[in-house]
Amino acid sequence: MYVNVDAAAVAVTDEAPRANPMALAPRSAAIVTLPVKRRGLSARLWKASRSSIEAVGPPFVTISLLLLIWQVAAGSPTSSLPSPLKVIDDSWDIIAAPLRVGKGIDQGLFWHIAASLGLVANGYALAAIVGIGLGVLLGQSTIAMKGLDPIFQVLRTVPPLAWLPLSLAAFRDGRPSAIFVIFITSVWPIIINTSVGVRNIPTDYRNVARILRLSPLEYFLKIMMPACVPHMFTGLRIGIGLSWLAIVAAEMLIGGVGIGFFIWDAWNSSRISDIIVALVYVGLVGFSLDRVVAYAGRLVSRGTAAT
Amino acid sequence: MTPYLDIQQLGITFTRGDAKTEVLRGVDLKIEKGEYVSVIGHSGCGKTTLLNAVAGLLKPTTGVILLENQHVEEPGPDRAVVFQNHSLLPWLTVYENVAIAVDKVFARKKSRSECRDWVLNNLALVNMLHARDKRPAEVSGGMKQRVGLARALAMEPKILLLDEPFGALDALTRAQLQDSVMEIHARLGNTMIMITHDVDEAALLSDRVVMMTNGPAATIGEVQDVPLPRPRRRLDLAENRDYIHVRAAILEFLYARHKGPTLQAA
Repeated sequence: MYVNVDAAAVAVTDEAPRANPMALAPRSAAIVTLPVKRRGLSARLWKASRSSIEAVGPPFVTISLLLLIWQVAAGSPTSSLPSPLKVIDDSWDIIAAPLRVGKGIDQGLFWHIAASLGLVANGYALAAIVGIGLGVLLGQSTIAMKGLDPIFQVLRTVPPLAWLPLSLAAFRDGRPSAIFVIFITSVWPIIINTSVGVRNIPTDYRNVARILRLSPLEYFLKIMMPACVPHMFTGLRIGIGLSWLAIVAAEMLIGGVGIGFFIWDAWNSSRISDIIVALVYVGLVGFSLDRVVAYAGRLVSRGTAAT
Repeated sequence: MTPYLDIQQLGITFTRGDAKTEVLRGVDLKIEKGEYVSVIGHSGCGKTTLLNAVAGLLKPTTGVILLENQHVEEPGPDRAVVFQNHSLLPWLTVYENVAIAVDKVFARKKSRSECRDWVLNNLALVNMLHARDKRPAEVSGGMKQRVGLARALAMEPKILLLDEPFGALDALTRAQLQDSVMEIHARLGNTMIMITHDVDEAALLSDRVVMMTNGPAATIGEVQDVPLPRPRRRLDLAENRDYIHVRAAILEFLYARHKGPTLQAA
C-alpha cells in the first residue's frame, strides 16, 4: 500500500514538469506543491533513530560536560580526589570483573550489590505487607487512626541509623538488624499513603458495595484494592527509595559482604577510586529500583484513575 | 390490600457531636407496584435523604419503611440505586461494571453463561452493547449514566431508585435518556422512585409527583397525580391541557407556596 502511494507520487511529480505551466497553472501548481509523505521502511527507520537520538542526546551531552568539568577540576597531581580517567585507571580491576568470586568480603561488585539487594528485598517485602495491612486498618477505622497515628508520626521522623544500635541489641546479629532497619525505614510512607488511599475511596463506591452486599473480602479485593492502588504505589515507591538509602548506611556499620561495607572498606584502605565506582553502582541500582516499582504500579493501576 | 412500598412517619435526624439536624419529619408515602413516582423539591430539602433511607443506606430515626411487608433495614440489591454521578468503577470496563452486580446477585441462580447473557441483555436494553469493552473514562456522561442504569436494572430490583439521574447531563442527552427510561418502564413495568428538581421531567415521566416542603424537618407537602395516558411523547404533551395543568400545579407549589431558601431571603 505504501509502495503504491510512493509510485503515484513519483508518477505525479514526473508528469508535472511536462505539463504546460501557463495553460494548466492552477492544477499543475496544486499537484507540484503538494508534499508527499515518505512512508517507506527507510523513512520509518530514520524517524525512529531520530527520536532515539533526541531522547539520548541531551543526557549524553550533560554527562560528557560534567565529566569534562570533573576531569579539569581534579586533574592536577595534587588534587585530593581522583579525576575520572584516574578512577578508571585505578579501579580497572573492579570495573572489569564485577562477577569475580574471591574469599570472604573480597568479591566482585555484583556480589556486593546482590547481597545488599537481598537484605533490601527481605526488609522491603516485610514493610510492604505490614505497611499495607496497617494502612488499610488506619484508613478503615477511625479509632485505629486516632490511636496509632500520633505514634507513627513521631516514629517516622527517627533517622534509620538511630534504630540500628537498638536492633543490634535486640537481634544480636548484623543481618536481621539490617533487615529491621530497612523495614522500619520504609514502612511509614507505605502505611501513611495506603491509609490516605483507603480514606479517599469515594462514598459512592462504598454505597455500590453495600447495595450489592459484597462481603468484607469481596469489598477488599474488588473495590478497596483497585481504588487505592495509586496511593499505595506512591508509598511503595517512596519506601523502596528509603530502603536503598538505609541499607548502604546500615551496612557500613554492620560489615560483611554488601555495597555499604565495600565503600567503608575502600575508605579505610584509601581506595577513593573504588568508592566512586561503587557510588555509580549504588546510584544506578537505586534508580532501577525506583523505576521497577513505578512500572509495577503503572501495570497494576492501569485504568484506576478516577473519572 | 397493603401497598408495595409503605413509608410510615419517616423521620431522619443527623447527629454530629452536640449538633442535631432534623432533615425529614413525618413522611408518609405509599407506592403501588409498577408505579413511577417522582420526588421534587428545592435543593437541601432532603430528597436524597429520603431516597437513601428507602435504599437502606441511612437508618430512619423514627418511623418505618416496608417493602412488600418486609422491614427495610440495610441496603440490598432489591432496591437498586442509579446515582447522580453514575458511580461506575473506573478500573472496570462497561461490561465488567454490570457483571460485578450480576455475578454477585445471581451467583447461585444463574450459570456463568446465563450471567453473561444477562449482562449483555441489559447493556442492549440501554443501547450500550457497542461500548462494552470501553472503560467509563472513555465514554460520554450520558453513556455512563446508561451503564449505571443497566447495572441497576440487571439486579432485577423490586424498586429502582433514581437519584437525579439526568441532573449532570445536557438537555438533549437528558431528553434521550428520559425517553429510554420511559421505554424501559413501559416494557419491564418496574416500580421507580426518581429524585429530580426538573418540573418538566417530573411531569413527563411520573404517575405521581411528590412535592417536598423546605427543610429543616421537611415533609411531603402535596402529591400531584399525572393523569396522562402512556406511552407519552414529549412533542404531543406540549399542548396537552392535563400536562399544562400538572406543570402549573408543581410550579405553583415550588415557587409560590414553598419558595426555596434563597428566594425567601431575597
